[in-house]
Amino acid sequence: MRDEPLVLGIETSCDETGVGIVRGHTLLADALASSVDQHARFGGVVPEVASRAHLEALVPTMQRALDEAGVTLADVDAIAVTSGPGLAGALLVGVAAAKGYALAAEKPIYGVNHLAAHVAVDTLEHGPLPEPAVAMLVSGGHSSLLLVDDLTAGVTPLGATIDDAAGEAFDKVARLLGLGFPGGPIIDRSAREGDPGSIAFPRGLTAPKDLVAHRFDFSFSGLKTAVARWVESRERAGEPVPVADVSASFQEAVCDVLTAKAIDACRSNGVGTLVIGGGVAANSRLRVLAEERAAKHGITVRVPRPGLCTDNGAMVAALGSHLVAAGVAPSRLDLPADSAMRLTEVSVPG
Amino acid sequence: MLVLALDTATPASTAALVEVTADGLTGVAERRTVDPRAHGEKLAPEIAAVLADAGHRPRDLAAIVAGLGPGPFTGLRVGLATAASMGQALGIPTYGVCSLDALGRAAGPGRVLIATDARRREVYFATYLDGERVTGPEVAKPGDVAALLRASVDRAAGEGALKYGDVFAVPVEEHLLYPPGAALVAFAADRIRQGAPGEVLTPLYLRRPDAVEPSGRKPVLT
Ligand SMILES: [Zn+2]
Repeated sequence: MRDEPLVLGIETSCDETGVGIVRGHTLLADALASSVDQHARFGGVVPEVASRAHLEALVPTMQRALDEAGVTLADVDAIAVTSGPGLAGALLVGVAAAKGYALAAEKPIYGVNHLAAHVAVDTLEHGPLPEPAVAMLVSGGHSSLLLVDDLTAGVTPLGATIDDAAGEAFDKVARLLGLGFPGGPIIDRSAREGDPGSIAFPRGLTAPKDLVAHRFDFSFSGLKTAVARWVESRERAGEPVPVADVSASFQEAVCDVLTAKAIDACRSNGVGTLVIGGGVAANSRLRVLAEERAAKHGITVRVPRPGLCTDNGAMVAALGSHLVAAGVAPSRLDLPADSAMRLTEVSVPG
Repeated sequence: MLVLALDTATPASTAALVEVTADGLTGVAERRTVDPRAHGEKLAPEIAAVLADAGHRPRDLAAIVAGLGPGPFTGLRVGLATAASMGQALGIPTYGVCSLDALGRAAGPGRVLIATDARRREVYFATYLDGERVTGPEVAKPGDVAALLRASVDRAAGEGALKYGDVFAVPVEEHLLYPPGAALVAFAADRIRQGAPGEVLTPLYLRRPDAVEPSGRKPVLT
Protein backbone atom coordinates (compact mmCIF):
# COMPACT_ATOMS: atom_id res chain seq x y z
CA MET A 1 0.00 0.00 0.00
CA ARG A 2 2.30 2.67 -1.35
CA ASP A 3 -0.17 5.48 -0.79
CA GLU A 4 -0.19 5.07 2.99
CA PRO A 5 1.97 7.67 4.75
CA LEU A 6 5.61 6.84 5.48
CA VAL A 7 6.24 8.31 8.92
CA LEU A 8 9.33 8.41 11.07
CA GLY A 9 9.06 8.66 14.87
CA ILE A 10 11.64 9.83 17.40
CA GLU A 11 11.36 9.07 21.12
CA THR A 12 13.66 10.42 23.87
CA SER A 13 11.36 11.10 26.83
CA CYS A 14 13.21 8.90 29.33
CA ASP A 15 16.19 6.56 29.00
CA GLU A 16 15.46 4.96 25.60
CA THR A 17 16.54 6.60 22.35
CA GLY A 18 14.11 5.25 19.77
CA VAL A 19 13.64 5.77 16.04
CA GLY A 20 10.79 3.94 14.35
CA ILE A 21 9.51 3.98 10.80
CA VAL A 22 6.00 2.91 9.75
CA ARG A 23 3.99 2.91 6.57
CA GLY A 24 0.34 3.22 7.58
CA HIS A 25 -0.09 0.54 10.26
CA THR A 26 2.91 -1.47 9.06
CA LEU A 27 6.11 -1.38 11.11
CA LEU A 28 9.19 -1.10 8.89
CA ALA A 29 11.89 -0.36 11.45
CA ASP A 30 12.26 0.05 15.19
CA ALA A 31 15.80 0.98 16.27
CA LEU A 32 16.55 1.47 19.94
CA ALA A 33 19.50 2.47 22.11
CA SER A 34 19.10 2.33 25.88
CA SER A 35 21.07 4.01 28.63
CA VAL A 36 19.49 1.77 31.28
CA ASP A 37 22.84 0.23 32.28
CA GLN A 38 24.27 3.65 33.07
CA HIS A 39 21.44 4.29 35.55
CA ALA A 40 21.51 0.91 37.31
CA ARG A 41 23.94 1.88 40.06
CA PHE A 42 21.80 4.93 40.90
CA GLY A 43 18.67 2.79 41.29
CA GLY A 44 16.70 5.01 38.91
CA VAL A 45 17.03 7.12 35.78
CA VAL A 46 19.40 10.11 36.19
CA PRO A 47 18.08 12.82 33.84
CA GLU A 48 21.45 14.34 32.88
CA VAL A 49 22.93 10.90 32.18
CA ALA A 50 19.93 10.09 29.99
CA SER A 51 20.20 13.39 28.08
CA ARG A 52 23.88 12.86 27.34
CA ALA A 53 23.19 9.36 26.11
CA HIS A 54 20.39 10.56 23.81
CA LEU A 55 22.69 13.05 22.10
CA GLU A 56 25.29 10.34 21.49
CA ALA A 57 22.78 7.75 20.32
CA LEU A 58 20.49 9.72 18.05
CA VAL A 59 22.40 9.84 14.79
CA PRO A 60 23.49 6.18 14.85
CA THR A 61 20.01 5.03 15.90
CA MET A 62 18.48 7.05 13.04
CA GLN A 63 20.90 5.44 10.62
CA ARG A 64 20.01 1.95 11.81
CA ALA A 65 16.29 2.66 11.44
CA LEU A 66 16.69 4.05 7.91
CA ASP A 67 18.85 1.09 6.88
CA GLU A 68 16.45 -1.42 8.43
CA ALA A 69 13.48 0.11 6.59
CA GLY A 70 15.47 0.60 3.38
CA VAL A 71 14.37 4.22 3.02
CA THR A 72 16.00 7.65 3.13
CA LEU A 73 14.81 10.79 4.88
CA ALA A 74 13.81 12.14 1.46
CA ASP A 75 11.24 9.31 1.14
CA VAL A 76 9.53 10.13 4.43
CA ASP A 77 6.16 11.94 4.44
CA ALA A 78 6.37 13.31 7.98
CA ILE A 79 8.51 13.25 11.11
CA ALA A 80 6.88 12.73 14.51
CA VAL A 81 8.64 13.30 17.81
CA THR A 82 7.67 12.95 21.46
CA SER A 83 7.03 16.49 22.65
CA GLY A 84 6.05 15.38 26.17
CA PRO A 85 5.41 14.38 28.86
CA GLY A 86 8.80 13.18 30.09
CA LEU A 87 12.17 14.39 31.34
CA ALA A 88 12.59 17.97 30.09
CA GLY A 89 16.25 17.76 29.10
CA ALA A 90 15.84 14.35 27.47
CA LEU A 91 12.79 15.43 25.46
CA LEU A 92 14.65 18.48 24.24
CA VAL A 93 17.36 16.40 22.55
CA GLY A 94 14.80 14.47 20.52
CA VAL A 95 12.76 17.55 19.67
CA ALA A 96 15.85 19.48 18.53
CA ALA A 97 17.02 16.57 16.40
CA ALA A 98 13.56 16.07 14.90
CA LYS A 99 13.49 19.73 13.94
CA GLY A 100 16.90 19.36 12.32
CA TYR A 101 15.70 16.39 10.27
CA ALA A 102 12.43 18.10 9.34
CA LEU A 103 14.15 21.35 8.42
CA ALA A 104 16.93 19.78 6.37
CA ALA A 105 14.69 17.30 4.56
CA GLU A 106 11.88 19.90 4.23
CA LYS A 107 9.26 17.63 5.84
CA PRO A 108 6.32 18.39 8.14
CA ILE A 109 6.90 17.77 11.85
CA TYR A 110 4.42 16.53 14.47
CA GLY A 111 5.17 17.03 18.16
CA VAL A 112 3.15 14.26 19.79
CA ASN A 113 2.04 13.11 23.22
CA HIS A 114 4.03 10.18 24.59
CA LEU A 115 1.05 8.60 26.35
CA ALA A 116 -1.16 8.76 23.25
CA ALA A 117 1.74 7.12 21.38
CA HIS A 118 1.70 4.22 23.88
CA VAL A 119 -1.93 3.68 22.86
CA ALA A 120 -1.34 4.11 19.12
CA VAL A 121 1.46 1.53 18.97
CA ASP A 122 -1.07 -1.26 19.45
CA THR A 123 -2.45 -0.54 15.95
CA LEU A 124 0.83 -1.85 14.52
CA GLU A 125 0.00 -5.31 15.86
CA HIS A 126 -3.77 -5.44 16.11
CA GLY A 127 -4.96 -2.97 13.46
CA PRO A 128 -7.21 0.06 13.95
CA LEU A 129 -8.34 0.58 17.52
CA PRO A 130 -12.08 0.36 18.20
CA GLU A 131 -13.20 3.66 19.72
CA PRO A 132 -14.08 4.32 22.41
CA ALA A 133 -11.53 2.19 24.23
CA VAL A 134 -9.97 2.32 27.67
CA ALA A 135 -6.19 2.41 27.86
CA MET A 136 -4.12 1.56 30.91
CA LEU A 137 -0.54 2.82 30.69
CA VAL A 138 1.78 1.48 33.35
CA SER A 139 5.52 2.03 33.44
CA GLY A 140 8.32 3.46 35.55
CA GLY A 141 7.14 6.95 34.63
CA HIS A 142 3.36 6.70 34.35
CA SER A 143 0.32 4.87 35.68
CA SER A 144 -2.82 6.15 33.98
CA LEU A 145 -6.27 5.09 32.95
CA LEU A 146 -7.51 6.88 29.85
CA LEU A 147 -10.70 6.98 27.86
CA VAL A 148 -9.82 7.02 24.15
CA ASP A 149 -12.72 8.51 22.22
CA ASP A 150 -10.78 9.72 19.22
CA LEU A 151 -7.04 9.28 19.10
CA THR A 152 -6.58 12.17 16.69
CA ALA A 153 -8.34 14.74 18.82
CA GLY A 154 -7.76 14.08 22.48
CA VAL A 155 -7.78 11.51 25.21
CA THR A 156 -9.74 11.84 28.46
CA PRO A 157 -7.80 11.06 31.62
CA LEU A 158 -9.85 8.90 33.98
CA GLY A 159 -7.28 8.43 36.69
CA ALA A 160 -3.58 8.28 37.48
CA THR A 161 -1.22 7.47 40.30
CA ILE A 162 -1.26 9.97 43.14
CA ASP A 163 2.28 9.05 44.21
CA ASP A 164 4.66 6.44 42.71
CA ALA A 165 4.24 5.00 39.24
CA ALA A 166 3.64 1.25 39.11
CA GLY A 167 7.04 0.59 37.56
CA GLU A 168 8.69 2.75 40.20
CA ALA A 169 7.14 0.52 42.89
CA PHE A 170 8.66 -2.52 41.18
CA ASP A 171 12.07 -0.77 41.11
CA LYS A 172 11.89 0.21 44.77
CA VAL A 173 10.78 -3.21 46.00
CA ALA A 174 13.44 -4.92 43.88
CA ARG A 175 16.07 -2.71 45.49
CA LEU A 176 14.68 -3.40 48.93
CA LEU A 177 15.02 -7.11 48.26
CA GLY A 178 18.52 -6.61 46.85
CA LEU A 179 17.47 -7.90 43.44
CA GLY A 180 18.77 -5.11 41.13
CA PHE A 181 17.44 -2.62 38.56
CA PRO A 182 15.15 -2.34 36.65
CA GLY A 183 12.80 -4.12 39.03
CA GLY A 184 9.93 -5.19 36.76
CA PRO A 185 11.43 -8.23 35.01
CA ILE A 186 13.39 -9.28 38.12
CA ILE A 187 10.33 -9.31 40.40
CA ASP A 188 8.32 -11.07 37.71
CA ARG A 189 10.94 -13.83 37.58
CA SER A 190 11.36 -14.07 41.35
CA ALA A 191 7.56 -14.17 41.84
CA ARG A 192 7.25 -17.33 39.77
CA GLU A 193 8.84 -19.32 42.62
CA GLY A 194 6.67 -17.71 45.31
CA ASP A 195 3.15 -17.86 46.70
CA PRO A 196 1.14 -14.73 45.80
CA GLY A 197 -1.29 -15.40 48.65
CA SER A 198 1.33 -15.79 51.38
CA ILE A 199 1.45 -12.16 52.53
CA ALA A 200 -1.58 -9.83 52.53
CA PHE A 201 -0.13 -6.53 51.28
CA PRO A 202 -2.48 -3.51 51.06
CA ARG A 203 -4.39 -2.55 47.90
CA GLY A 204 -4.05 1.24 47.60
CA LEU A 205 -7.16 3.40 47.04
CA THR A 206 -9.61 0.50 47.04
CA ALA A 207 -11.42 1.19 50.32
CA PRO A 208 -15.03 2.33 49.84
CA LYS A 209 -14.20 5.89 50.93
CA ASP A 210 -11.25 6.09 48.47
CA LEU A 211 -13.46 4.87 45.65
CA VAL A 212 -15.54 8.04 45.95
CA ALA A 213 -12.79 10.52 45.16
CA HIS A 214 -10.18 8.20 43.63
CA ARG A 215 -12.17 5.50 41.84
CA PHE A 216 -9.70 5.30 38.93
CA ASP A 217 -6.58 6.60 40.67
CA PHE A 218 -3.72 4.51 41.95
CA SER A 219 -1.38 4.71 44.94
CA PHE A 220 1.66 2.49 45.31
CA SER A 221 3.62 4.34 47.96
CA GLY A 222 1.78 2.71 50.87
CA LEU A 223 2.32 -0.71 49.35
CA LYS A 224 6.04 -0.09 48.99
CA THR A 225 6.26 1.00 52.65
CA ALA A 226 4.25 -2.04 53.75
CA VAL A 227 6.70 -4.31 51.94
CA ALA A 228 9.62 -2.48 53.55
CA ARG A 229 8.07 -2.86 57.02
CA TRP A 230 7.37 -6.51 56.51
CA VAL A 231 10.90 -7.25 55.32
CA GLU A 232 12.45 -5.23 58.11
CA SER A 233 10.44 -6.94 60.86
CA ARG A 234 11.63 -10.26 59.53
CA GLU A 235 15.22 -9.12 59.52
CA ARG A 236 14.95 -7.70 63.04
CA ALA A 237 13.53 -10.97 64.27
CA GLY A 238 16.56 -12.68 62.75
CA GLU A 239 14.40 -14.66 60.37
CA PRO A 240 15.20 -15.24 56.69
CA VAL A 241 13.27 -13.15 54.14
CA PRO A 242 11.30 -15.35 51.72
CA VAL A 243 12.19 -13.25 48.68
CA ALA A 244 10.05 -15.18 46.19
CA ASP A 245 6.96 -15.00 48.42
CA VAL A 246 7.45 -11.26 49.01
CA SER A 247 7.88 -10.71 45.24
CA ALA A 248 4.81 -12.75 44.39
CA SER A 249 2.61 -11.14 47.04
CA PHE A 250 3.76 -7.63 46.11
CA GLN A 251 3.22 -8.28 42.40
CA GLU A 252 -0.23 -9.72 43.12
CA ALA A 253 -1.19 -6.57 45.05
CA VAL A 254 -0.12 -4.31 42.16
CA CYS A 255 -1.76 -6.40 39.45
CA ASP A 256 -4.95 -6.87 41.46
CA VAL A 257 -5.50 -3.12 41.82
CA LEU A 258 -4.47 -2.29 38.25
CA THR A 259 -6.75 -4.83 36.61
CA ALA A 260 -9.70 -4.27 38.95
CA LYS A 261 -9.66 -0.54 38.22
CA ALA A 262 -9.09 -1.01 34.50
CA ILE A 263 -12.07 -3.36 34.19
CA ASP A 264 -14.18 -1.02 36.31
CA ALA A 265 -13.22 1.84 33.97
CA CYS A 266 -14.30 -0.19 30.93
CA ARG A 267 -17.61 -1.23 32.50
CA SER A 268 -18.55 2.18 33.83
CA ASN A 269 -17.89 3.74 30.42
CA GLY A 270 -19.57 0.97 28.47
CA VAL A 271 -16.32 0.19 26.67
CA GLY A 272 -15.53 -3.25 25.23
CA THR A 273 -11.80 -2.83 24.55
CA LEU A 274 -8.94 -2.45 27.01
CA VAL A 275 -5.48 -1.58 25.69
CA ILE A 276 -2.53 -2.01 28.04
CA GLY A 277 0.80 -0.31 27.37
CA GLY A 278 3.99 0.77 29.11
CA GLY A 279 6.83 -1.36 30.45
CA VAL A 280 4.73 -2.94 33.22
CA ALA A 281 2.40 -4.34 30.53
CA ALA A 282 5.17 -6.89 29.97
CA ASN A 283 4.49 -8.31 33.46
CA SER A 284 3.29 -11.89 33.05
CA ARG A 285 0.87 -11.82 35.98
CA LEU A 286 -0.72 -8.55 34.82
CA ARG A 287 -1.46 -9.99 31.40
CA VAL A 288 -3.03 -13.19 32.81
CA LEU A 289 -5.12 -11.42 35.42
CA ALA A 290 -6.34 -8.79 32.95
CA GLU A 291 -7.40 -11.47 30.45
CA GLU A 292 -9.15 -13.48 33.18
CA ARG A 293 -11.13 -10.57 34.55
CA ALA A 294 -11.92 -9.03 31.16
CA ALA A 295 -13.25 -12.32 29.83
CA LYS A 296 -15.87 -12.40 32.59
CA HIS A 297 -17.32 -9.15 31.29
CA GLY A 298 -16.90 -9.74 27.56
CA ILE A 299 -14.09 -7.18 27.31
CA THR A 300 -11.31 -7.65 24.77
CA VAL A 301 -7.77 -7.03 26.02
CA ARG A 302 -5.16 -5.78 23.58
CA VAL A 303 -1.52 -5.81 24.68
CA PRO A 304 1.27 -5.17 22.18
CA ARG A 305 4.29 -7.45 22.36
CA PRO A 306 6.75 -6.48 25.14
CA GLY A 307 9.18 -4.71 22.78
CA LEU A 308 6.44 -2.32 21.73
CA CYS A 309 5.11 -1.80 25.29
CA THR A 310 8.28 -0.18 26.55
CA ASP A 311 9.31 3.21 25.16
CA ASN A 312 10.33 3.11 21.49
CA GLY A 313 10.29 5.12 18.28
CA ALA A 314 7.71 2.90 16.58
CA MET A 315 4.97 4.13 18.91
CA VAL A 316 5.69 7.72 18.00
CA ALA A 317 5.72 6.87 14.31
CA ALA A 318 2.43 4.95 14.73
CA LEU A 319 0.72 7.96 16.28
CA GLY A 320 2.25 10.27 13.65
CA SER A 321 0.96 8.04 10.88
CA HIS A 322 -2.51 8.08 12.46
CA LEU A 323 -2.45 11.91 12.58
CA VAL A 324 -1.21 12.25 8.99
CA ALA A 325 -3.91 9.86 7.73
CA ALA A 326 -6.55 11.84 9.63
CA GLY A 327 -5.42 15.08 8.00
CA VAL A 328 -4.31 16.71 11.28
CA ALA A 329 -2.19 19.84 10.68
CA PRO A 330 1.50 19.50 11.51
CA SER A 331 3.15 21.41 14.36
CA ARG A 332 5.40 24.39 13.74
CA LEU A 333 9.19 24.56 14.00
CA ASP A 334 8.92 26.41 17.32
CA LEU A 335 7.10 23.47 18.96
CA PRO A 336 8.24 23.07 22.55
CA ALA A 337 9.46 20.12 24.55
CA ASP A 338 6.73 20.07 27.19
CA SER A 339 7.62 17.89 30.17
CA ALA A 340 4.08 18.26 31.56
CA MET A 341 2.19 17.92 28.25
CA ARG A 342 -1.47 17.26 28.94
CA LEU A 343 -3.42 14.35 27.58
CA THR A 344 -6.00 16.60 26.02
CA GLU A 345 -3.23 17.49 23.55
CA VAL A 346 -2.43 14.54 21.26
CA SER A 347 -0.17 16.68 19.09
CA VAL A 348 1.12 20.24 19.32
CA PRO A 349 -1.27 22.35 17.25
CA GLY A 350 0.15 24.03 14.14
CA MET B 1 30.68 27.31 -0.05
CA LEU B 2 27.66 28.10 2.06
CA VAL B 3 28.11 27.15 5.71
CA LEU B 4 25.59 27.15 8.55
CA ALA B 5 26.90 28.12 11.99
CA LEU B 6 24.96 27.32 15.17
CA ASP B 7 25.66 28.19 18.79
CA THR B 8 23.55 27.62 21.91
CA ALA B 9 26.29 27.64 24.56
CA THR B 10 25.11 30.91 26.14
CA PRO B 11 21.65 32.47 26.69
CA ALA B 12 21.78 33.32 22.97
CA SER B 13 20.52 30.99 20.24
CA THR B 14 22.52 31.93 17.16
CA ALA B 15 22.09 30.79 13.56
CA ALA B 16 24.30 32.28 10.86
CA LEU B 17 25.04 31.69 7.21
CA VAL B 18 28.63 32.26 6.15
CA GLU B 19 30.13 32.04 2.66
CA VAL B 20 33.57 30.41 2.75
CA THR B 21 35.75 31.22 -0.24
CA ALA B 22 39.28 30.18 -1.19
CA ASP B 23 40.85 33.08 0.67
CA GLY B 24 38.33 34.31 3.19
CA LEU B 25 34.82 34.27 4.52
CA THR B 26 31.80 36.56 4.41
CA GLY B 27 28.82 36.73 6.70
CA VAL B 28 25.60 36.27 4.73
CA ALA B 29 22.90 36.39 7.39
CA GLU B 30 22.64 36.00 11.15
CA ARG B 31 19.76 35.66 13.61
CA ARG B 32 20.00 35.63 17.39
CA THR B 33 17.55 35.37 20.24
CA VAL B 34 18.67 35.91 23.81
CA ASP B 35 16.57 33.78 26.17
CA PRO B 36 18.30 31.14 28.29
CA ARG B 37 15.25 28.86 28.35
CA ALA B 38 14.16 29.08 24.73
CA HIS B 39 16.91 27.46 22.64
CA GLY B 40 14.69 24.48 21.89
CA GLU B 41 11.97 26.70 20.52
CA LYS B 42 13.96 29.48 18.85
CA LEU B 43 16.87 27.85 17.07
CA ALA B 44 15.06 25.92 14.32
CA PRO B 45 12.88 28.88 13.24
CA GLU B 46 16.04 31.03 13.19
CA ILE B 47 17.74 28.58 10.83
CA ALA B 48 14.70 28.61 8.56
CA ALA B 49 14.74 32.42 8.71
CA VAL B 50 18.42 32.90 7.82
CA LEU B 51 18.01 30.55 4.89
CA ALA B 52 14.92 32.46 3.73
CA ASP B 53 16.66 35.82 4.30
CA ALA B 54 19.44 34.77 1.97
CA GLY B 55 17.18 33.06 -0.56
CA HIS B 56 18.70 29.64 0.05
CA ARG B 57 17.37 26.16 0.75
CA PRO B 58 18.88 23.64 3.18
CA ARG B 59 20.28 21.59 0.27
CA ASP B 60 22.52 24.55 -0.65
CA LEU B 61 24.57 24.05 2.52
CA ALA B 62 28.06 22.57 2.19
CA ALA B 63 28.90 22.18 5.89
CA ILE B 64 27.68 22.94 9.41
CA VAL B 65 29.83 24.39 12.20
CA ALA B 66 28.52 24.17 15.77
CA GLY B 67 29.69 25.69 19.03
CA LEU B 68 30.62 22.78 21.35
CA GLY B 69 30.36 24.93 24.48
CA PRO B 70 31.22 24.89 27.26
CA GLY B 71 27.80 26.08 28.32
CA PRO B 72 24.71 25.07 30.29
CA PHE B 73 24.05 21.50 29.14
CA THR B 74 20.40 21.55 28.23
CA GLY B 75 20.65 24.50 25.86
CA LEU B 76 24.02 23.41 24.51
CA ARG B 77 22.61 20.05 23.42
CA VAL B 78 19.88 21.78 21.39
CA GLY B 79 22.44 23.30 19.04
CA LEU B 80 24.45 20.11 18.73
CA ALA B 81 21.43 17.83 18.19
CA THR B 82 20.16 20.21 15.54
CA ALA B 83 23.53 20.45 13.80
CA ALA B 84 24.10 16.70 13.88
CA SER B 85 20.64 15.83 12.55
CA MET B 86 20.85 18.40 9.77
CA GLY B 87 24.29 17.18 8.80
CA GLN B 88 23.03 13.60 8.67
CA ALA B 89 19.92 14.50 6.67
CA LEU B 90 21.88 16.55 4.15
CA GLY B 91 24.88 14.24 4.00
CA ILE B 92 27.27 17.10 4.74
CA PRO B 93 30.10 17.30 7.29
CA THR B 94 29.68 18.84 10.74
CA TYR B 95 32.58 20.48 12.59
CA GLY B 96 32.76 21.48 16.24
CA VAL B 97 34.46 24.58 17.61
CA CYS B 98 34.89 25.70 21.25
CA SER B 99 32.28 28.43 21.68
CA LEU B 100 34.66 30.55 23.77
CA ASP B 101 37.14 30.54 20.87
CA ALA B 102 34.62 32.38 18.70
CA LEU B 103 34.43 35.13 21.31
CA GLY B 104 38.21 35.11 21.75
CA ARG B 105 38.75 35.57 18.03
CA ALA B 106 36.10 38.25 17.77
CA ALA B 107 37.69 40.14 20.66
CA GLY B 108 40.72 40.83 18.45
CA PRO B 109 44.32 41.61 19.41
CA GLY B 110 45.75 41.69 22.92
CA ARG B 111 45.38 39.63 26.07
CA VAL B 112 41.73 38.81 26.63
CA LEU B 113 39.68 36.84 29.14
CA ILE B 114 36.51 35.23 27.76
CA ALA B 115 33.99 34.26 30.43
CA THR B 116 30.45 32.95 30.05
CA ASP B 117 27.89 32.21 32.73
CA ALA B 118 28.13 28.62 34.00
CA ARG B 119 25.35 29.21 36.59
CA ARG B 120 25.87 28.10 40.22
CA ARG B 121 27.97 31.27 40.66
CA GLU B 122 30.66 29.96 38.34
CA VAL B 123 31.97 30.90 34.88
CA TYR B 124 33.28 28.97 31.92
CA PHE B 125 36.46 30.73 30.88
CA ALA B 126 39.52 30.72 28.65
CA THR B 127 42.23 33.29 27.91
CA TYR B 128 43.43 34.47 24.50
CA LEU B 129 46.43 36.23 23.02
CA ASP B 130 45.63 37.91 19.69
CA GLY B 131 42.62 35.62 19.18
CA GLU B 132 44.45 32.36 19.93
CA ARG B 133 43.56 30.40 23.05
CA VAL B 134 46.27 30.35 25.72
CA THR B 135 44.53 28.63 28.66
CA GLY B 136 41.21 26.87 29.25
CA PRO B 137 38.45 26.19 28.72
CA GLU B 138 37.68 25.55 32.35
CA VAL B 139 34.92 26.16 34.86
CA ALA B 140 35.55 27.99 38.15
CA LYS B 141 34.31 30.62 40.58
CA PRO B 142 34.88 34.18 39.31
CA GLY B 143 37.03 35.00 42.36
CA ASP B 144 39.29 32.03 41.69
CA VAL B 145 39.58 33.00 38.02
CA ALA B 146 40.58 36.54 39.01
CA ALA B 147 43.19 35.22 41.45
CA LEU B 148 44.56 32.85 38.82
CA LEU B 149 44.83 35.52 36.16
CA ARG B 150 46.31 38.27 38.30
CA ALA B 151 47.15 40.91 35.73
CA SER B 152 47.68 38.59 32.76
CA VAL B 153 44.76 39.97 30.73
CA ASP B 154 43.90 43.50 29.69
CA ARG B 155 40.26 43.09 28.74
CA ALA B 156 37.38 40.68 29.09
CA ALA B 157 34.38 39.71 26.96
CA GLY B 158 31.41 37.37 27.20
CA GLU B 159 28.25 37.63 29.30
CA GLY B 160 30.06 36.03 32.26
CA ALA B 161 32.62 38.82 32.17
CA LEU B 162 29.82 41.37 32.20
CA LYS B 163 28.01 39.66 35.08
CA TYR B 164 31.15 39.41 37.23
CA GLY B 165 32.91 42.50 35.84
CA ASP B 166 33.68 43.91 39.30
CA VAL B 167 35.44 40.66 40.28
CA PHE B 168 37.70 40.55 37.21
CA ALA B 169 38.57 44.25 37.50
CA VAL B 170 39.41 44.70 33.79
CA PRO B 171 37.43 46.58 31.13
CA VAL B 172 34.60 44.52 29.64
CA GLU B 173 33.69 44.57 25.95
CA GLU B 174 29.99 45.05 26.47
CA HIS B 175 29.15 44.62 22.80
CA LEU B 176 30.75 41.17 22.67
CA LEU B 177 28.68 38.86 24.85
CA TYR B 178 27.74 35.92 22.62
CA PRO B 179 29.73 33.81 20.12
CA PRO B 180 29.36 35.28 16.59
CA GLY B 181 28.61 32.75 13.84
CA ALA B 182 31.28 33.93 11.41
CA ALA B 183 33.99 33.62 14.09
CA LEU B 184 32.95 30.01 14.72
CA VAL B 185 33.22 29.25 11.02
CA ALA B 186 36.67 30.84 10.86
CA PHE B 187 38.03 28.05 13.07
CA ALA B 188 36.73 25.40 10.69
CA ALA B 189 37.38 27.26 7.42
CA ASP B 190 40.51 25.33 6.49
CA ARG B 191 38.84 22.00 7.15
CA ILE B 192 35.84 23.10 5.09
CA ARG B 193 38.02 24.19 2.15
CA GLN B 194 39.93 20.93 2.22
CA GLY B 195 36.74 18.88 2.46
CA ALA B 196 38.07 17.28 5.64
CA PRO B 197 35.85 14.57 7.13
CA GLY B 198 33.27 15.87 9.58
CA GLU B 199 33.33 14.95 13.25
CA VAL B 200 30.86 13.75 15.86
CA LEU B 201 29.76 16.82 17.84
CA THR B 202 30.66 16.10 21.47
CA PRO B 203 29.81 18.82 23.99
CA LEU B 204 32.54 20.30 26.17
CA TYR B 205 30.70 19.49 29.39
CA LEU B 206 33.56 20.16 31.86
CA ARG B 207 31.31 18.93 34.67
CA ARG B 208 30.10 15.48 35.57
CA PRO B 209 26.36 14.80 35.82
CA ASP B 210 24.92 15.41 39.28
CA ALA B 211 24.05 11.97 40.46
CA VAL B 212 24.50 10.31 43.80
CA GLU B 213 24.60 6.61 44.30
CA PRO B 214 22.01 5.61 46.87
CA SER B 215 23.35 4.79 50.30
CA GLY B 216 21.98 1.90 52.35
CA ARG B 217 18.27 1.41 52.95
CA LYS B 218 16.59 3.81 55.35
CA PRO B 219 14.71 1.95 58.09
CA VAL B 220 10.93 2.39 58.05
CA LEU B 221 10.29 0.91 61.48
CA THR B 222 10.84 3.21 64.43
ZN1 LIG C 1 6.40 5.55 28.31
